[in-house]
Amino acid sequence: MSEPVKSVLLVGVGGQGTIMASDILSAVMIRAGFDVKKSEVHGMAQRGGCVSSHVRFGQKVYSPIVGKGDVSVLVSFEKLETLRYLEYLKADGKIIINNEEIYPPSVNLGEADYPDDAIDFIKKHFKDIKVVNATDIALRSGDKRMANTVILGVLSSYLDIEEEIWEDVLRESFPPKILEGNMNAFREGRGA
Amino acid sequence: MKELMSGNEAIARGAYEHGITFAAAYPGTPSTEILEAFSKYEGVYAEWAPNEKVALEVGIGAALGGARALVVMKQVGVNVAADPLFTLSYTGTEAGLVIVSADDPSLHSSQNEQDNRNYARAAKIPMLEPADSGEAKEFIKIAFRISEEFDTPVFLRTTTRVAHSKSIVHPEGPEIPEEKRGIRYNPSKYVMVPAMARQRRVVVQERMEKLAKFAETFPENRMEIHDTKRGIITAGMPYNYAKDVFPEFSYLKLGMVHPLPAGLIREFASKVEKVYVVEELDPFIEEQIRAMGIDVIGKDVLPYTGEFNPGIVKTAITGNEPAAVALPELSLPQRPPNLCPGCPHRGLFYVLGRLKNVFVTGDIGCYTLAFMKPLEGMGSTICMGAGVGMAHGMDKVVPGEEKVVGVIGDSTFIHSGITPLLNMAYNGSNSVIVICDNRTTAMTGMQENPATGLTLQGRETTSVDFVTLAKAIGIENVRVVDPFDIKETRSVIKEELSTEGPSLVVSRAPCALLAVKQKTPGKIPLKVNPDKCTGCRVCLGLGCPPISWRRFEDMDVEIEKKTKKQEGIAFIDSSLCNGCSLCQQLCTAGAIEEVTENE
Repeated sequence: MSEPVKSVLLVGVGGQGTIMASDILSAVMIRAGFDVKKSEVHGMAQRGGCVSSHVRFGQKVYSPIVGKGDVSVLVSFEKLETLRYLEYLKADGKIIINNEEIYPPSVNLGEADYPDDAIDFIKKHFKDIKVVNATDIALRSGDKRMANTVILGVLSSYLDIEEEIWEDVLRESFPPKILEGNMNAFREGRGA
Repeated sequence: MKELMSGNEAIARGAYEHGITFAAAYPGTPSTEILEAFSKYEGVYAEWAPNEKVALEVGIGAALGGARALVVMKQVGVNVAADPLFTLSYTGTEAGLVIVSADDPSLHSSQNEQDNRNYARAAKIPMLEPADSGEAKEFIKIAFRISEEFDTPVFLRTTTRVAHSKSIVHPEGPEIPEEKRGIRYNPSKYVMVPAMARQRRVVVQERMEKLAKFAETFPENRMEIHDTKRGIITAGMPYNYAKDVFPEFSYLKLGMVHPLPAGLIREFASKVEKVYVVEELDPFIEEQIRAMGIDVIGKDVLPYTGEFNPGIVKTAITGNEPAAVALPELSLPQRPPNLCPGCPHRGLFYVLGRLKNVFVTGDIGCYTLAFMKPLEGMGSTICMGAGVGMAHGMDKVVPGEEKVVGVIGDSTFIHSGITPLLNMAYNGSNSVIVICDNRTTAMTGMQENPATGLTLQGRETTSVDFVTLAKAIGIENVRVVDPFDIKETRSVIKEELSTEGPSLVVSRAPCALLAVKQKTPGKIPLKVNPDKCTGCRVCLGLGCPPISWRRFEDMDVEIEKKTKKQEGIAFIDSSLCNGCSLCQQLCTAGAIEEVTENE
């Protein structure tokens, strides 16, 4: 029996670079020799709503998405979104969370409360959880928009792929002006 | 060479590789990227048509003129194109003609969940359905071959998950097709008056019978025999879901979903003990198999609605719930999509949502989001053009003191809004139509349209003038407003509501994203001066993403209360603010100020 197909689910809020991160992850896995499928939904979801992207890789991948209880690694760019997609995670799945809160309109309007105990709640149900202050690290690398690259760095330390492949793909993914910052952000994440 | 491509990019690639040089479409999720990608290939012609009916007619003309033609639309677009579609089936084509129908199970970006396989059956047109990008690239070529071999239009059906998932494809070089362009007269085939159409109807019947035979040996109708206890008949993306969870089962994977290969299905059913039909939406394959007298399990266990995933298929067939961690029910705040900061629709719908005794009939576009809190500026959405037609119908029946405003986008107005506006002039309406003219087809990603002055391939062209158009069709009251001026917008709409006869208001300001794309110099972002904010919350009524509410109790700094009842202040995240000034216009305390340079 060959290695089972791995499923990474990346979730965040429109504008956080969730799709970009999943593009990079997919490119890395293709270069590492895997069959890869990737899926997200475009359209209405681009307008500040939730964004989720499935990346699956292995010897032979059929479905580009998985159902509840089947995700190996949940990568979340925002705390509330982690809770929304938690049921997709396997019992022994890993979670990487950017320690960032982005209020949805109902919270901004004072009509709903943002959950204040998200991390404690997750820890109660899952063992393997890593909380990263990716936005702070990104700021140190020059721009808070690089938080997604920091998170990719953290993810890279969970997946058994040579660092060189990651760095090659990153070099091809960013324009020269912001490449250095992103490389730093990635390395910071990988070491975090 | 291998490349990760979406199903849409792969269809464009396959068409290019097959030597297709002519394509037409109207943008619509999840189909839009096909024409965008195709239009960038060397030596091709591609155009946005005003709507799907026109796109199909353009394609029919091109194919009749001897060029293979690709026509692309989302699932509801086929409704618009249905009129030429059903007769096109009778005429057949000279060169190949393929129609891509992109269906949307789960309604990710649509107003309904229709299953367009039913169109293939109703219009008697063969339909192929790929399961991933690799198949999408090859199936578009096969579709053109079938079209030419059988002298028929062919459907290629995708779903959102095929259209937008990415998988590996192997790009190849393009073929050069045989040159067949030129005028040919063949009235008995192309002039569909009853006498000739009756004869063509017989040809269609014979063609479907030939296609049904072809389907029996069509290599993409593929049997995989493993475990003979349980077998699955499936097509398209659900094949992947099933293979993922039941690799040991036997499969009959149908690359062609209409017409079905009856013999092959019987053979498969005889080889396995229990047959499941795994298909999203309607029991399209299942009912036809049951009609053949074969007992299958399908919608008895699988859902009729929504898209599937491997877990859903597994649970339906095994009866076991997924092995997910049992989590307590959480009530999480929803995060619906929202209008962008600086969106021109926001000011307009702030005004519309606050008019008393007025019903707003809506349409399809980003502005449909304005039905939600806090704007609540829309009472209905049916389809493109319905905002105009319905406004007139409702206006004819409601009591005189109740008024109706119909709203529609610029691209949508061109798509289906002109004829109902003409109807309002002809049949004497008293309602007001507002065109939310943001100078682009925004929701699908800023495509050009006949009002933008550019074509899909970037050529400068004419730009329709809505004011002149409206006057020409008999609308006398026509006004143009700037939706970033709340006072003006409100007073113009109120005036037109009290004017006799139909009115058109063109609410004109470019989409915030278009302004960025065109590198228009940005306005100065705004901030809240906490010492002036009275906490009245009026600015929050705009539902603008950068504006939020901060309670005093959650703040580290002491801020003086302006009123006894004040509980907090508004806050603007200036890094997200586009400086459109709507909130500044609403703030009676003068608390919203421009960010200074050193901030």
